[in-house]
Amino acid sequence: MMAHLLTLILFTPLAGAGLLLCVPRAQEQAIRWTAAIVATLGFLLSLPLWFRYDFTATGWQFAERAEWIPSIGAWYYLGVDGYSALLILLTTLIGAIAVLCSWAGITERVKEYYVSLLILQTGLLGAFMAVDFLLFFLFWEVMLVPMYFLIGIWGGGRRLYSAIKFFLYTLVGSVVMLLGILALYFHGHSVTGAYTFDVTELQQLTIPFALQKWIFLALFFGFAIKVPMFPFHTWLPDAHTDAPTAGSVILAAIMLKMGTYGFVRFSLPILPDASRYFVPLVAALAIVGIVYGALVALAQTDWKRLVAYSSVSHMGMVMLGMFALTPVGLTGGLLQQINHGISTGALFLIVGIVYERRHTREIAEYGGLSKAMPVFAAVFLIMTLSSIGLPALNGFIGELLILQGVYIVHPIWAGVGAVGIVLGAAYMLWLFQRTMFGTLDRPENASMADLGAREIVTFAPLIALAVWIGIYPAPFIRRLEGTVTRVTARVNPAAQPAVAGVPAAAGPALNDTGAGTGFNPTLVTCDSAPAAGPKPSATPSAPPDFVTIASCADSPSKPAPKPAPKAPPKKPGGR
Amino acid sequence: MTTFVWLLPFFPAAGAAINGLFGIRWFSRGVTAAIACVSMLVSLALAIAGGVNAARAPIAREVFLGEWIPPIPAVTLKGAAAFHASWVLLIDPLAAVMALVVTGIGFLIHLYSTAYMRSEPRGSYARFFCYLNLFCAFMLLLVLGGNFIVMFVGWEGVGLCSYLLIGFWYHKGSAANAGRKAFIVNRIGDWGFLVGIMAAFFAFGTLDFQAVAAQAGRWPIERAQFGGLSIICLLLFVGAAGKSAQIPLYVWLPDAMEGPTPVSALIHAATMVTAGVYIVARNAVLFSHAPLVLAIIAIVGALTALMAASIAIVQTDIKRVLAYSTISQLGLMFLAAGVGAVSAAVFHLVTHAFFKALLFLGSGAVIHAMAGEQDLRRMGGLKRYLPVTFVTMVVGALAIAGIPPLAGFFSKDEILLQTFGRNRALWVLASITSLLTAFYMFRLIAFTFYGTDEPSSPHPPHEAPGTMTVPLMILAIGTIVVGFMGIPRTLGGANAIEHFLAPSIAETRAVAFLKVAGQPDPPGTQEMIAQAREELERDRAAHRAAFPVSEATEGRAWALMLLSTLLGATGMAAAWRFYVNHPEVPRRAAERWSGVHALLLNKYYVDDLYDATIVRGTFGAARELWRVDLRLIDGFVNAWGVTTRVLAWMSHMIDKVGVDGAVNAAGWSAGEGSFLVRRGQTGLVQNYALVIILGLFGFLTVYLLAR
Repeated sequence: MMAHLLTLILFTPLAGAGLLLCVPRAQEQAIRWTAAIVATLGFLLSLPLWFRYDFTATGWQFAERAEWIPSIGAWYYLGVDGYSALLILLTTLIGAIAVLCSWAGITERVKEYYVSLLILQTGLLGAFMAVDFLLFFLFWEVMLVPMYFLIGIWGGGRRLYSAIKFFLYTLVGSVVMLLGILALYFHGHSVTGAYTFDVTELQQLTIPFALQKWIFLALFFGFAIKVPMFPFHTWLPDAHTDAPTAGSVILAAIMLKMGTYGFVRFSLPILPDASRYFVPLVAALAIVGIVYGALVALAQTDWKRLVAYSSVSHMGMVMLGMFALTPVGLTGGLLQQINHGISTGALFLIVGIVYERRHTREIAEYGGLSKAMPVFAAVFLIMTLSSIGLPALNGFIGELLILQGVYIVHPIWAGVGAVGIVLGAAYMLWLFQRTMFGTLDRPENASMADLGAREIVTFAPLIALAVWIGIYPAPFIRRLEGTVTRVTARVNPAAQPAVAGVPAAAGPALNDTGAGTGFNPTLVTCDSAPAAGPKPSATPSAPPDFVTIASCADSPSKPAPKPAPKAPPKKPGGR
Repeated sequence: MTTFVWLLPFFPAAGAAINGLFGIRWFSRGVTAAIACVSMLVSLALAIAGGVNAARAPIAREVFLGEWIPPIPAVTLKGAAAFHASWVLLIDPLAAVMALVVTGIGFLIHLYSTAYMRSEPRGSYARFFCYLNLFCAFMLLLVLGGNFIVMFVGWEGVGLCSYLLIGFWYHKGSAANAGRKAFIVNRIGDWGFLVGIMAAFFAFGTLDFQAVAAQAGRWPIERAQFGGLSIICLLLFVGAAGKSAQIPLYVWLPDAMEGPTPVSALIHAATMVTAGVYIVARNAVLFSHAPLVLAIIAIVGALTALMAASIAIVQTDIKRVLAYSTISQLGLMFLAAGVGAVSAAVFHLVTHAFFKALLFLGSGAVIHAMAGEQDLRRMGGLKRYLPVTFVTMVVGALAIAGIPPLAGFFSKDEILLQTFGRNRALWVLASITSLLTAFYMFRLIAFTFYGTDEPSSPHPPHEAPGTMTVPLMILAIGTIVVGFMGIPRTLGGANAIEHFLAPSIAETRAVAFLKVAGQPDPPGTQEMIAQAREELERDRAAHRAAFPVSEATEGRAWALMLLSTLLGATGMAAAWRFYVNHPEVPRRAAERWSGVHALLLNKYYVDDLYDATIVRGTFGAARELWRVDLRLIDGFVNAWGVTTRVLAWMSHMIDKVGVDGAVNAAGWSAGEGSFLVRRGQTGLVQNYALVIILGLFGFLTVYLLAR
């Protein structure tokens, strides 16, 4: 079973969809329960990806390989690393939540709805598992169809417009992306003489810089639309706003990650030179996206559209961190994808809850809800704080790492990017105030029911994750380590010092190795650490020594820099 | 011994969790209040233990609680390093003092609130104590945090609690607005703070306070150029200015008075707003290497002090007077820090915490007695109704006015003395502030407690219950005695607090430093401590040599002390004359200088200016950008859609007219052609026979002719 774990996870939702087809249409409750059981089962099945994750492995884990289209060298090749494992876990969790949150809201064509939802799930999972680029592309396209139906049939507002816009916009991007994939494929053949879509092998290709640039742009077009990066984002507010709650949740939490995933999995490692070359362009678009998305969110009068625009801002932050091409920024970028999935997913659930009760998304229709729905208000507050990056919640860790990673390469970018955090507080707290605070003057609001048990169940895992990642993100960051190391080694080796500067032996013991230093016998500083300091090694599990770390990393080679040389006065300011 | 430190924030946090999860729904007011107060009392006991411990040895102890962000490799100015953060607490004299202030005053305010908030509905009462406890937990995390990131958790956490408590009566639009304003203005400061943290990591490769101080100590002092350290310090100060309500980010604090009065006392007077001063003190070594930034801090502090004091003299809301007073006093603390007298700043922080908390709680008792009235002009003659409040508030007012031997005298005098040694112009500003402080404070006392007007309230005002007056009395005693720990040498004192704090904030890197996590002190600790003391003295001497300050002579110290007392007395006398003896004088003065009066009354129009520029600018930009998004960017996408559809229509037309036309034309021509042929298809055998015969003849003819 372990040998085919990924296949099992991948096809469980699809099998569930097949099962649903056998349930009579009129048995709506049975359909719901079947879908819920299948989705929960899917989540449980994916848990070994967490518990059995091998921190020491360097290659693909849980890999499976079978012939698919041998004549063109395409394989059914699945595998995960830490990054995709986390995304898969997020997908299966959100999948289960999506089923639960549709319980009362979807009353028409229930069977078709859940079938679409489960097929969508398989499409999403496949894209995160595929090691074969063509297989990835297949799943990438597969997921469009059920999402198109979800928006077009069960959506609200201008749902047909939004559904078609979503479908076509993404499709345009993927067609151009396909050209890039094919260019890679044929170039690979011309170099090695073998036809392959295998990402591992594509990563080892040497590609002329000129070609890299073109392929990068082709892939960029496909991925950037999906992220979505400014200025390719306008499908998102429409699709998010008009999709049913579960659709918005999946779109925000999972589907947007497809784009960033593409960058990390394909663009950066396969096209390292072009990636470095295009950093200014991508960073500029990302920064504009951060500020622009936040400002436009501030102007919204529609609750759901506001959250949608906040996604533009947050995903800009993710892109900025990834394209810092430093381990810190990349770690932050990857972690923030998970965080965004948690907090924005929850925020869409929150809109769904009030929409289900009042059938309007106009912010002005609400006010004073704290009084009628105190539990809901508490949940909304926690998720708002998570979204605006309050420390000790998940968003902070991601944003801190992103901005720190960016600061190292370009302080001004970090400074401008950090403006997004200020604006984020502005639009979210203003939203919170307009909906939750004030007087409860509308009778239809006064009678709104607080969260029920099912709804609390949908939020509980998200809140738990937000707190967990905020207080103890180490298990997540450790899982991302392998991916980050591999990608940076390929795209920007200079950013990754060979020695991580992490002394292996550390811990609670008194660290008073500094005898004989100039001024202070008990102060453990760079002067003293190398003398008795433990050998630096990258062992991640050892609790870090918080004194000798970092500050002492350069000491073995250089004497302690007494008067700092020319560089320091300038760098921090970014001149 | 020090491992219990984590319990300090833990107890209030646990209290908050219990009251938040269960109290709101199930607990009675008594149970809620008991949980909240007991949790604070336990923390207070622990803080006292910690303070005693810190007093015994001038060492900093780090307590490692757990890993947080695991190390991630990074290249910094220091070469290869790793970004990481642990949950680390740091207990040293500075942290001990701050923890004592937070838990001590926090406990008293909890006690006071049990009565003050009694009229709240039960759930709301529990919610209040949940927030208040949570605030104390975060505040303790802030002052005990061992690195920038743990400290930042507290920093943002107290901001959150402040937001929740200012907007506690969230049904009131003004309260909700004030809460949001506070949070967002603070966030603007946090922007600087966060970027400053990143810059610090980039420069030092670490974010541990101790390690940063050690590293910074080795950088050259940036006397002339505005270098890396200066940029870090300036950015950190932006954060401090936000949290501690300094120019230009002070505008949120007066609005924050929308919150319940105990909140104003605890958060917006005694503790949270002093976090900015604390952060400068905590990074004293860093700041002392950036004298240009210190100069900026001193100037900003002095200007803030004067500006806020001048606004306070015309305000009519009792809490707003105190709010501007707080801003002004915080300005004095920054002035002290800016001129390098960091321990004087912390000393003033402590004394201010006592007398300002006292004044706020007293004003709460007044508001309580007046059934919610906050306008000074509608008060008067409360002296005989509220004797305890009156006496304690006068003690507070005397202290803030700088009358010896109350606490404010010693701390303010220290600041004035140190400022005088550095910069005369700043000293003049600070002295004017002192004068104004005494004036507005006794104006407040006169308005509230004197005057012949009978209070306008229908029921005669009554003194608050014991749970409210006891904290007032304790704080009043504190206000009298707490200054004694900083009696200057001139008066035969030992300036104990400066000595106590020296290991934390001396302008040196010689801070003995131990890491403790569960182990008893290892052998040799006492020797290390002794050695650290020596180092400390030596480095202090070196620093004094490096920063020549015109040493205060005995005579000058006496003169300045006398002058500042005189200024305080003058301010008091003027207030007495204007508001008790000749109430018509202020009115006439306001008429005579109506321009100035309006300027002060409208707070120099700074709020209006911000509103007209930044707030409107942001919202205007937001709306414009949305339009751009809809029209231009999405318009472009839709234009593609429309273009495609037009092209499709054209194709359709070409298809229909051209391609399909050709096909149809072919079909049509076939049809039409067949029409002619069809004529021949008559179905009559005779006709066919005729055609056959004609054909036969034809063929024969051709055949014959061809031959």
